[in-house]
Amino acid sequence: MPRVPQKNNHPAPVRFNSISGDAGYEFIDACPNAFGSITAAAGPGNNEITRRNFIRCSAGLACTLALSARVLANPDLFPEENQKFIREARYYEKLPNKKIRCQLCPRQCVIDDRERGYCGVRENNSGTYYTLVYARPCSLNVDPIEKKPFFHFYPGAAAFSLATAGCNVNCKFCQNWEISQTRPEDVRSYYLLPEEIAAQARKYSCQAIAYTYSEPTVYYEYMMDCIQAGRKQNIMNAVVTAGYIARDPLVELCKVVDAIKVDLKAFSESYYKDIVNGELKPVLESLVTMRKLDVWTEIVYLVVPTLNDSEKEFKDLSVWIKTNLGTDIPVHFTRFHPQYLLKNLPPTPVQTLELARDIAVSEGLNYVYVGNVPGHPGENTHCPGCNRIVVRRSGFTVEEINIKNGLCQFCKFKIAGKWGI
Amino acid sequence: MKRREFIITGCRASGAALLTSPLILLAQNNARNDSKSRVVIASDAQIQNNKDSADSDRLARLLDKAMQAFGRTDDPLKAWQKIIKPKAVVGLKVNCLSGHGATRRELVEAVCERLRQSGTRAENIIIWDRFNSDLEDGGFKINQSSKGIRCFGNEYLGFADDFEMFGSAASLICNTLSRVCDVVINLPTLKDHGIAGMTMSLKNMFGAIHNPNKYHLNTGNPYVADVFMLPSIRSKVGLTICDALTAQYEGGPSFFPHWRWQFNSLLIGADPVALDYTGWQIIEAERKKRGLHSLKESGREPKYISTAADENHRLGRCDPGQIEQVAI
Repeated sequence: MPRVPQKNNHPAPVRFNSISGDAGYEFIDACPNAFGSITAAAGPGNNEITRRNFIRCSAGLACTLALSARVLANPDLFPEENQKFIREARYYEKLPNKKIRCQLCPRQCVIDDRERGYCGVRENNSGTYYTLVYARPCSLNVDPIEKKPFFHFYPGAAAFSLATAGCNVNCKFCQNWEISQTRPEDVRSYYLLPEEIAAQARKYSCQAIAYTYSEPTVYYEYMMDCIQAGRKQNIMNAVVTAGYIARDPLVELCKVVDAIKVDLKAFSESYYKDIVNGELKPVLESLVTMRKLDVWTEIVYLVVPTLNDSEKEFKDLSVWIKTNLGTDIPVHFTRFHPQYLLKNLPPTPVQTLELARDIAVSEGLNYVYVGNVPGHPGENTHCPGCNRIVVRRSGFTVEEINIKNGLCQFCKFKIAGKWGI
Repeated sequence: MKRREFIITGCRASGAALLTSPLILLAQNNARNDSKSRVVIASDAQIQNNKDSADSDRLARLLDKAMQAFGRTDDPLKAWQKIIKPKAVVGLKVNCLSGHGATRRELVEAVCERLRQSGTRAENIIIWDRFNSDLEDGGFKINQSSKGIRCFGNEYLGFADDFEMFGSAASLICNTLSRVCDVVINLPTLKDHGIAGMTMSLKNMFGAIHNPNKYHLNTGNPYVADVFMLPSIRSKVGLTICDALTAQYEGGPSFFPHWRWQFNSLLIGADPVALDYTGWQIIEAERKKRGLHSLKESGREPKYISTAADENHRLGRCDPGQIEQVAI
């Protein structure tokens, strides 16, 4: 991911823990329970807090939370230090002989006693299924919403972004594999209840909470409670997901979330099988469900050289989107960089991204972008009515907006999205 | 340095490394009979009472007899000395996943005792498994100090920074195995497995990697074999001593007393594939005796065993004609 200079129109972001080194912001540690030190955040939007006050507040909160957590988790089943992160899972079926079937994602793992699901963050203990990552974020940052990327959702907004360990797929190109492909015990985490997440988001003047970096589906219970806590504070909620989620939990999510970005990894089952360790069909079904339930959705397609970059695949993808989701859904063709288990391939040539964009536009899609190429003209939003630039971007920075009340300022064409302006 | 000098130096270095490897004598031992892999099944019908409580003295004697048969020697200590060099740091990979059905502490104690008698310092013995909590559930006492026999889960030393890869497997190996231990003695249990069919030697190494949850697809095939092929694991895991005193023929890996039976045996060998094949047949025989479907009929034939023996893996032999079973 490209590094991006700090912008002046955002409050100074806070970083609790590094994830992949791809953020360009100046981050400040602010969680003493993990690192033992705190630095006052400088910049607009930050409230000064003394070390003493912070420790005092944290200690009081920690005591309260520790007591409440003991009520919710069976202390006999898990190591004491992990009990506060344990909650019973919402979507699963009990089977004979202490087995369970997880119903959170299409994988439908059948799990024996004391074993975990494919995601690595849910465990069957004596026939009851638990999430191990409730209130256990391992990455916290304030990011521009464009970094997710959302290009048609409150441009320039700051998103309080969080993730826990775990993922229900295993993409060979994952840029956050240090947290997504590991178990919660193996990464440093924090203990932050949903109300605290909402409070932190508010403190740092974030208009949205973003569930991102790893796969929010695997910390579904925590995400849903954070969403509710955020809504109480008038903070929006945006989910960044692979869309590999079962229908029932997705429908519940769609009722409360403001925007979803789906990483559509490819348009072939073979790619999903070989590179993603998942399936395409359920992801397409999820996209259709989101569309039917009228959730603002954007699609990212990471173009990996030689694996999902054929003209036919771009065309088939575009036709499917147009037919099933309509022409107004933004599609981002983003650049691959060698990562994790795919280090033998080069970065995506910019020409390939431009080709993908041209094909999608020629098939009738209105909002098609080139991503991970800072400064590329394909980052701008053009009005489908007059073709003039209505949002000019450079990297994650919004330089110019020509939208008012959701309409193009030049020709009054309605620009699809949630603009807040 | 000239190309020729580089090659000569490299050959000398690798030769020296081979000669000083803690596993060299085990390799020589295996090479004695190239056509067959030796699996010792040592049994004692009186070794445990009807509550599955093992007699420690009888268990130690059974272990001695098994090691003598495996090492082809009359002296059990000589058998150990042929396998483990005194200065080696020895990891004992137990299996505590099923709690009460974990590798017997008495067996592990007997192994530790013999290792010490054959020259290994207590501080150079490490009992380990996935998590401290697993070990505690299995009856082991955690010791993360620098004194005495140490015992801890993978969370204590964490995992290597770099992936090891083979076939479908890409994993971080626990530092206990990859960086601390010179040699690992595999101490699994014999039990049914709801996904993989059965689990014993090969699959016990899932406890050495950071992402075992990713490898339970398709009855564990080829993942179990691929994980064992990861360089650190393949190079360091030599001897396997399987606790089959009480085995489980159904419902595993979870602990279900009503599906367990007293097999009263230890299975010992250096070929994990031959051991797993033998263990699989033992489980199948018990299932048949009790009127259960075979694992194949149940849709969970442990195909990873034959995969481990194929030309891409060559981890051992699963042809019964190439396995020499020694029953004592």
